[in-house]
Amino acid sequence: MSNLEFDPHEYTGTLDKREDHAPGDVAEESAGHWVLNANLGLGFSVVLTVASFWAAGAHWIWGPAVPMALIVLAIAQMGVHLVYFLHITTGPDNTNNVLALAYGVLVVFLILAGSVWIMAHLADNMMPMDKLMDMAR
Amino acid sequence: MSDYDLPAAIATLRRVREDPNRLGRRGHGDAGPALGAGHGATGPASKRVIVGYGFWIFLLSDIVMFSCFFAAFAVQREATAGGPTISDIVDLRRVALETAALLLSSYSCGLSFAATNARNRLWTQVFLAITAALGLAFVLLEAQEFYDLVRNGVTPQRSGMLTAFFGLVGLHGVHVSIGGLWLATMMAQVQFKGFRTEIVHRLICFNLFWHALDIVWIGIFTIVYLIGAGS
Amino acid sequence: MLGKLSWSAIPIHEPIPLITSVVMIVVILGVLGLITFKGWWPYLWREWITSVDHKRIGVMYCLLGIVMLIRGFADAIMMRSHQALAINAAGYLPPEHYNQIFSAHGTIMIFFAAMPLVIGVMNFVTPLQLGVRDVAFPTLNSVSFWLTASGALLVNLSLFIGEFARTGWLPYPPLSEATYSPGVGVDYYLWAVQISGIGTLMTGVNFVTTVLKMRCPGMGYFSMPMFCWTTLAASLLIVAVFPILTATLAMLSLDRFFGWHYFSNDLGGNPMMFWNLIWAWGHPEVYILVLPAFGIFSEIFSTFSGKPLFGYRSMVAATLFICLVSLMVWLHHFFTMGSGPAVNTAFGISTSIIAVGTGVKIFNWIFTMYGGRVRFSVPMLWSLGFIFTFVIGGMTGVLLAVPPADFVLHNSMFLVAHFHNVIVGGVVFALFAGIHYWFPKAFGFRLHEGWGKAAFWCAFIGFWVTFAPLYVLGLEGMTRRLQHVEIEAWRPMLYLSVVGVVILIAGVVCQITQLVVSIVRRDALRDLTGDPWDGRSLEWATPSPAPFFNFATLPDVAGEEAYWGIKLQAIESQQLAPEPRYADIEMPVNSPVGFYTAFFATVVGFSLVWQIWWLAILGLAAAYAGFVVFAWRDIHEVHVPAEEVARVDRARRAAREALLQRLAHQGATP
Repeated sequence: MSNLEFDPHEYTGTLDKREDHAPGDVAEESAGHWVLNANLGLGFSVVLTVASFWAAGAHWIWGPAVPMALIVLAIAQMGVHLVYFLHITTGPDNTNNVLALAYGVLVVFLILAGSVWIMAHLADNMMPMDKLMDMAR
Repeated sequence: MSDYDLPAAIATLRRVREDPNRLGRRGHGDAGPALGAGHGATGPASKRVIVGYGFWIFLLSDIVMFSCFFAAFAVQREATAGGPTISDIVDLRRVALETAALLLSSYSCGLSFAATNARNRLWTQVFLAITAALGLAFVLLEAQEFYDLVRNGVTPQRSGMLTAFFGLVGLHGVHVSIGGLWLATMMAQVQFKGFRTEIVHRLICFNLFWHALDIVWIGIFTIVYLIGAGS
Repeated sequence: MLGKLSWSAIPIHEPIPLITSVVMIVVILGVLGLITFKGWWPYLWREWITSVDHKRIGVMYCLLGIVMLIRGFADAIMMRSHQALAINAAGYLPPEHYNQIFSAHGTIMIFFAAMPLVIGVMNFVTPLQLGVRDVAFPTLNSVSFWLTASGALLVNLSLFIGEFARTGWLPYPPLSEATYSPGVGVDYYLWAVQISGIGTLMTGVNFVTTVLKMRCPGMGYFSMPMFCWTTLAASLLIVAVFPILTATLAMLSLDRFFGWHYFSNDLGGNPMMFWNLIWAWGHPEVYILVLPAFGIFSEIFSTFSGKPLFGYRSMVAATLFICLVSLMVWLHHFFTMGSGPAVNTAFGISTSIIAVGTGVKIFNWIFTMYGGRVRFSVPMLWSLGFIFTFVIGGMTGVLLAVPPADFVLHNSMFLVAHFHNVIVGGVVFALFAGIHYWFPKAFGFRLHEGWGKAAFWCAFIGFWVTFAPLYVLGLEGMTRRLQHVEIEAWRPMLYLSVVGVVILIAGVVCQITQLVVSIVRRDALRDLTGDPWDGRSLEWATPSPAPFFNFATLPDVAGEEAYWGIKLQAIESQQLAPEPRYADIEMPVNSPVGFYTAFFATVVGFSLVWQIWWLAILGLAAAYAGFVVFAWRDIHEVHVPAEEVARVDRARRAAREALLQRLAHQGATP
């Protein structure tokens, strides 16, 4: 379709800030903006990664809280990647992208939480498979 | 009948100003085929948005596939069948190196797209090459890890936990390797074809893919390695 | 060198598969010979095999689906007749062969009959209804189709090279592990489904993007036809759950190839995890099938009642509600696994709740007909048959959603009757209705009404005579997949079921006759206006058959029922809208990459089944080379000059003028 091949980025030189965007794309096509974003993303990521590795080996955090702390740090870092590397924003130009992301997160949550929940209850109620096999012998 | 003679993009931009949130309000019938926002009622989106969005949807499905392998690992984490536990096989020093390699490759990938936006072929290629080198370093470190484990008899055939471990980490490694192949192909395309529209679109997709792999790696080093090392 | 492949793979000593394969090979060679003799290859290659036109791809999907539907139906005939003959007797199918047949029946019907037909209709209709010229990624669309065809080819290949799975349509471990199923049957299943599943995933990506990002100017979300909404919901489900299928089958393949322990029952493997994952895909899968079916019925009810769809927005809400909730009900397929009361209760409740969304839809369809001028044409008959059949199937489903009842009824013939009730009554009826409805748009002439009605009544009555006895048998305690039966009391119902199958065969004969009669009398049945049913959505604004660019100028529409509004205005003002200014059009260029990819996918799949590793690697390398060549091409589009566009569109306008004058002459008002 001729009008689909037409790329407004090339025609107008710049994008209207309110125009719709593909994920990972931004209104300002200036290199400086990208570099700034990448630097910020790297900075936050390094801080969060170091914190993760440090928390994993830390002895002064209450033991059972360590996994929770690590998961919080991981989610924070995923957020940093989404914002600074993938340029996901809350603006109207990103509505579809954010909705799709939310849908994906929901599905991932359902699979992870559902599987763990179902299989944990199964393990509580049923004899482990290897014992069952021993009995069958 | 004024908009009709304007280039579609201009007409659309004008229309977008009238309806910034694209709630579907727009003057009706006064314009010819228009290049739209893709949501609301402004007509089909540009190819750039379509390609990027389609790839975004594909990435979400890819992440769902990873989530199954994560779920398998979560369920089989204790199923060591008398073999080594997860904390026995984690080497945090190597994981830290792998993480650094992948994070820096993500960074240089972002920089490469900044160069692409500036239509600078040299710097695009330089940063893509750095990305590729760091990706290769990551894959080699992982291969070394697997080799060390298998040499010591820690194979996926040993227990359910090890199956899930090798499956999840290996799947990510395969993704990085395929990404590397794609990256090499893209570099060749940029070299021979320049920044043609469809090649820029592919570079957008590659960026998304590479960053997504890094996001998955955050999940892996947290859930498999860091939490595993502490247990 | 050739892995596990040897001459012993050919079933020389088993008469039934051998004869079937020989007949199939003869038929295929005959068809290929005819094509060669008539010199049709260049035409086929140019216009169909390399086509990236969504309409052509849709038609090819439907053709594949219909062929595989007949193939799966042949399996069904064998199962029903065998069971009737195996009451205190041997029957005519040995156990290992019977097991392959019920496995092949389910696999073929779901993956290679229902899915291609649903996706085919989606392909054909969605861009037309959205008022655009193609899907978001036309070449990818062609790749999707050919990958599905490649999977279908692998399933059929298993008939005469090796064997098919004996593990049911979902290969539950540990039975499907290499220890208990050492043959290649499960591998055929795995790679056939894996390859076609990747094709389906790509289709999902394509259609989510198409619906969300490509609609003609003026078409907001809430003015999309209902079918587009259901396409969107089904595609969202595809992208959410097909990766689960890919992952699960990959895990089972790793177990089988390398002795890993995902689902084995020793060394920490967990077979139940397979049930959990496969049904996390499997339950949304039935909604992937049935949501577009609901969309088809919505179009038909509104068109043939001459009214807008009742409760359009509640219909959209119900569709999206079903889309989301269907992701949260999967455990009802294994209530008896032993997760206990807390888990079972939660999933029992969510399963019952999903029926609410479907109930909303049923009432909306009924109210659409209420007060309308209902025309009992063939698509409408299928739709009415659907309401009756599907409501009963749905109610038995709610019954099965109650865990205590499920403990009694699970794995019985009652379950078999239930899911045929919803899938045949819901999906298959919808596809027949949809094919009749959109056939003129694809080929330019309508299908014969009389034979269509005969086919409907045979299918409707045949369905109930076949499956109502199975409900009774299930309640009497007959489990599914029995190779022989030792209870004399079940004899009458099993016989009655065979009578139903005979009526269904009559229905299939009627349908084939309908097609032949319609082709012979195509001049009398020709659709000259492009709007044979007094339609309401944009596909009826194009001529029949639709030109390859769909629309000369992208329609600019207002409000719900885009085409109805345009038509109303034309009738009221007694003239068409002024002629637009025609411009050149760029259409995506044909590409052999889909066919090429599928060829190597088949090679890779076949070599993985037989573990011919070098060939698999070679095939993957060739596929990659193909992608590089594709990525390197310089010409992406063909140019359609404005004169050509104008010529086609002026012919359409002439036909519309004639229709308008005829309507004015009749004094008809919409």
